[in-house]
Amino acid sequence: MTTTTYRTCPRSGLQFESQAEKLMLANAVAAVVFLLIGGILAIGVVLTRWPAVHWLEADTFYQVLTAHGIDMLIFWIIFFEIAVLYFCSSTLLRCRLATPRWAWAAFALMMVGAVMNNWAVYDGGSSVMMTSYVPMMAAPSFYLGLILFAVGALIGCFVFLGTLVVAKRDKTYQGSVPLVTFGAITACIIAVFTIVSGAIILIPTYLMSLGIVKSVDPLIYRTIWWAFGHSSQQINVAAHISIWYAVAAIAFGAKPMSERVSRGAFLLYILFLQLASAHHLLADPGVSTAWKVVNTSYFMYFAVLASMIHGLTIPGAMEVAQRAKGYNKGLFEWLRKAPWGNPVFSGVFISIIGFGFLGGISGVMMGTEQLNMIIHNTIYVPGHFHATVVIGTTLSFMALTYFLIPVLFKREMIAPKAAQWQPYLFGFSMYGFVLVMMGAGTLGVSRRHWDMAFNGAALAYEWPGAAYLMMGLVGIFGIAAIAGGAIYIYVTVGSLLWGKPLDAGKPSKTFTPIPRTAPTVVAQSYGSAGFAAPGTFVLAMVFLVSFILYYFINWKYLSQVWGLS
Amino acid sequence: MSAILPPAERLWWKHPLDRVEGTWILLALIWCLTMFAMMVGWHIYGKQNLSTETYKTTPEKFTAKAQAFVDKYTVRTETADKTPVVAPPPGSDIYMVARLWSFWPILELEKDKTYRLHLTSMDYNHGFSLQPANINIQIVPGYEHVVTVTPNKAGTYSVVCNEYCGINHHSMVGRIYVK
Repeated sequence: MTTTTYRTCPRSGLQFESQAEKLMLANAVAAVVFLLIGGILAIGVVLTRWPAVHWLEADTFYQVLTAHGIDMLIFWIIFFEIAVLYFCSSTLLRCRLATPRWAWAAFALMMVGAVMNNWAVYDGGSSVMMTSYVPMMAAPSFYLGLILFAVGALIGCFVFLGTLVVAKRDKTYQGSVPLVTFGAITACIIAVFTIVSGAIILIPTYLMSLGIVKSVDPLIYRTIWWAFGHSSQQINVAAHISIWYAVAAIAFGAKPMSERVSRGAFLLYILFLQLASAHHLLADPGVSTAWKVVNTSYFMYFAVLASMIHGLTIPGAMEVAQRAKGYNKGLFEWLRKAPWGNPVFSGVFISIIGFGFLGGISGVMMGTEQLNMIIHNTIYVPGHFHATVVIGTTLSFMALTYFLIPVLFKREMIAPKAAQWQPYLFGFSMYGFVLVMMGAGTLGVSRRHWDMAFNGAALAYEWPGAAYLMMGLVGIFGIAAIAGGAIYIYVTVGSLLWGKPLDAGKPSKTFTPIPRTAPTVVAQSYGSAGFAAPGTFVLAMVFLVSFILYYFINWKYLSQVWGLS
Repeated sequence: MSAILPPAERLWWKHPLDRVEGTWILLALIWCLTMFAMMVGWHIYGKQNLSTETYKTTPEKFTAKAQAFVDKYTVRTETADKTPVVAPPPGSDIYMVARLWSFWPILELEKDKTYRLHLTSMDYNHGFSLQPANINIQIVPGYEHVVTVTPNKAGTYSVVCNEYCGINHHSMVGRIYVK
């Protein structure tokens, strides 16, 4: 066994093992680099879709859009998630990381794969979009890059699982793993399923690009590819919800309202969340109605139920903690007196609200088999997933980074004022961005489309003026959000490079196990009407009513289109 | 900081629920089941359900059928490349070919009449996005999808390709007239 050291961070009390710490740092930095690349590419995307600007040529636009999608949805997020997995195992369980050499090999593979894939796209000839639907073919290195990246990420998942075993064997904790680690295990299980699906379909496609396999069936490709493409976004859901719980604990000292409910909800994710890949096949030929109905509803919406539970229990836990501190007046004093100036909290709260109201409601609407026909492949779809993946996942990761700068990077944050404003600028401009995209999508505007004026088409279609207006707003909100992203990168990279070094805490040769915490009483003596978190319950009811209204408005809309059977 | 610490109570699964959680779970569950019932119920009572009738096909086979259809029912041609405008009788099988970068032919349908629309792609994936009605269907090469359509409003409709299919994707627009 390699020798290693442990340090206890004097600011947070968290214990970091030196190998795990270096790996978290490397993965997090790689993630931020890809966020930077993806962010620069985003400028090209939004300035081209803004009809009045229409900046890039068609071939450059599709190339930039392909790279933007892959860099953001795959490389930025999964590099960061590997860092989160190591944090949730080695740091939260206070143990050494299993097989650090394998973890470095995983990192190297992911890096080589990501660079190779990016290279293939910039080289031209691989502008096939993130989905790379066959029979449209990219260069072999496009697929090989993704496969290497996936293998690396899979090794990272097994290092995480191995670390759980190490913690159990070394008895670094007693009883059950923390809720946040439990959420990370959920993310890891989903990740393994995802990556294996990716391999099943990308390996034959790679062989096809080399000419070894003659053809891959386009419908089978779509079916299995989405078990990779959609599921990779479900890793994010499990990961960023774990981060929400972690931040509630860090910023408020909040304990979960009930471990049973929160863990049960994660369990529902493991069982049902994956079925959502079906959302992408609802408008496809050759898939039966029963298959669509069962899968698109996550088997009777049990995964939606789980998300609705997390959406209540996380703010609920914050409310209970705040009320215990005496912020007990009325329904919302706990929320008014929350630390709005702390970007760790504000980022997560803006993320929770945006993910639920914008990403969640739109996702369920478009995932309804029949309703899907009124938005399939329109710009509504990227509107939805920018609400989940950018407002949900990316903003949560940003908020967590602000916590990690002093704790993991051991640096004083440069420009704390800029960091304080960043979640508001980025979060609210993304709120606007996704709303106008969904608006344009409701009018039918296509996604992945260079020119809504159909220049050169013999039978052009004239979009309504409102569609042009909303696509213009997509450009304006998009640029504002990119500016918010730039501030995040400036603060993070700047702190890492020029921030004042902080005390790391004394290294020790052995770990300090997690002490037993004293059992607490559950009965709450605050709140009202027997509700421990009445304010959160009111917010939840506002959410439910908006959900119901929006859902039925879309049925009304569907009922007016052509009859189809 | 207990979400990031092991649960204090070893038997955490025996903890009672708070009323706020119990109530919310019940409401959320009812809503989830309502949505599920809605989706199933629309298959019985709704008028917009996507057909699942699908056949394996090849570009040659499909082109032959589409050509016979065009030869039989063409009433005039439009645009510079003389795209046929085809007016089939109500209730018949009608064909639309998606290929790089056009939809062929132009269809002329009657309001409130039903047709069996056959869709396939000759090459890559394409998208059938009927505007301004806003109905969107995926077109996958190798598969012939038969969708029963009943136009409910007269007018000129465009079919916009909304699945990325290469450099001239933006110029791929077809047309359907409804009288």
